[in-house]
Amino acid sequence: MANREKLINTALALLLPALALAAYGMGEPFYVTLATRIAILALAAAGLNLALGLGGLVSFGHAAFFGIGGYMAGIFATHAFNQTPLFTWPIEIAATDQMPVIWLVSAGVAALVALPIGLISLRTSGVYFIMITLAFAQMIYYFAISWPAYGGEDGLSITMRNGFPGVNTLDPLNYFLIAYGLLLLVLFIFTRIRDSRFGAALQAARQNEVRVASIGIRPLRIRLAAFVISAMITAVAGALFADLNRFVGPSMLSWNMSGELIVLIILGGTGRLFGPVAGAILFVLFEFALGGLTEHWQLFLGLILLGVVLFVRGGLIGLLAGKVHHG
Amino acid sequence: MAEPVLNICNLCKSFGALKATDDVSLDLYPGEIHALIGPNGAGKSTLIHQIAGTLKHNTGSIHFMGRDVSALGVSHRAQLGLGRTFQISSLTPEFSALRNVMLAVQANQGSSFRFWQPVMADASLKDRAMHMLERVGLVDRAPVPSAELSHGERRQLEIAIALALEPKAFLLDEPMAGMGPEGSKRLTGFLDTLRHEAPILLIEHDMDAVFALADRISVLVYGRIIATGTVDDIRRNPQVREAYLGESV
Repeated sequence: MANREKLINTALALLLPALALAAYGMGEPFYVTLATRIAILALAAAGLNLALGLGGLVSFGHAAFFGIGGYMAGIFATHAFNQTPLFTWPIEIAATDQMPVIWLVSAGVAALVALPIGLISLRTSGVYFIMITLAFAQMIYYFAISWPAYGGEDGLSITMRNGFPGVNTLDPLNYFLIAYGLLLLVLFIFTRIRDSRFGAALQAARQNEVRVASIGIRPLRIRLAAFVISAMITAVAGALFADLNRFVGPSMLSWNMSGELIVLIILGGTGRLFGPVAGAILFVLFEFALGGLTEHWQLFLGLILLGVVLFVRGGLIGLLAGKVHHG
Repeated sequence: MAEPVLNICNLCKSFGALKATDDVSLDLYPGEIHALIGPNGAGKSTLIHQIAGTLKHNTGSIHFMGRDVSALGVSHRAQLGLGRTFQISSLTPEFSALRNVMLAVQANQGSSFRFWQPVMADASLKDRAMHMLERVGLVDRAPVPSAELSHGERRQLEIAIALALEPKAFLLDEPMAGMGPEGSKRLTGFLDTLRHEAPILLIEHDMDAVFALADRISVLVYGRIIATGTVDDIRRNPQVREAYLGESV
């Protein structure tokens, strides 16, 4: 079973670049963008998968981190384009339009926000945890709406997509490769964390919190670290997403977005390495195929989700590769 | 006499009008097995919960290794060296027997914030965990997910996890429960040697095992300790015979 999962993962990993390259070869940049969208959503969900899948922390507020990344991309792009500094006080800091810097800042800001949110939310569990994370995300959502400096309700357009050293990011294939490369890197990091001591404690705390405490490991610390790492990854995906759309608005911070990320993971397979990738492929394909037929495509998505939850508990990966195998 | 490893003094715990623990005082000295017996509903498990820290007592004190641990949480007390097993096996069901013990070894080494090296390639964890499984006779079941182990095997795994913590005191909550005569006998022999590693506070219904193992016995009835003494003291105590042994002997 473990080998079959590897096979499926490899197939999924190859599917995305194959799609992007084929579309690029046929001169269909729209489909390259579609593949990029899949890669970025998968990246965001891979971040959430660390908290939700490994740690059992159903965060209904990850849009906050996705949006924070998005706004970082938007804010840097705007300042870089207008050649105005980010801050003038206490020291003047100039903006950059280089993605690696923006990603680091996004991850850093997300970590600073996730730390207090996690510290408060993780004292609860179950439905309360879901509701508190939602409440924090909504606070950030309304803050963005009411903050006129960066577009308020209208959001922020990114006139020039941010750059990457030595790469023309305006080329859709280049941009796909950046997003895809980052996705593979994060999936690699995910496997390392999952199989590490920290990952063992995190997964054990999901299965039996009392047991973990009674051997002398504090579940709260482990979960807090997982929550923060998870938020950082999702924020980097948010920065990429804003650059892809050349736009960031409050909708990136909305609870729909948090819900979509959870849906992605459930569709693909909770806690599975390629669950977010499988989920993002399914989600974007549904959105594209069903969305072309009817405005009410989310109704059908809901039905499919219901089917998955009722009949295929492990999502697509679980259906194809069977149960998780811990060494 | 040596200092007690565990010292419980005038402990009280009420749930509403019910006094679940009523002025309990109890010591555990190095090298001894102190058995805690009592009829069902006497408050044995409630007492264990308070010692382990899953429940907070109302008044009184709990000293462990000369330190007042009353304000400390479960994980903190475990770090100080309180090795507990559960009355109803409490394991990480998806993990194999080996990984269950490896997690305890990892906790004992005090290093769960390592994010990069795979645990399964970590010989320091694996060898130590295998050694613990060997001691309880579970080596050939190492790769089996703990959810798929038999009841008796889960009880053994509980012990292996406690061993891996290298505790300063064992807190064993009915380790024989549901083991069968053969298993109980083997475990009795094992616990007999274990007392030299760390003293054991043993809660047990199996009277043969208790009488064979215990250096001292405390009898808990309605949350109160009605007698503490050697096996012979307890056997002869008329109050105990009436309250407890009268039913079973």
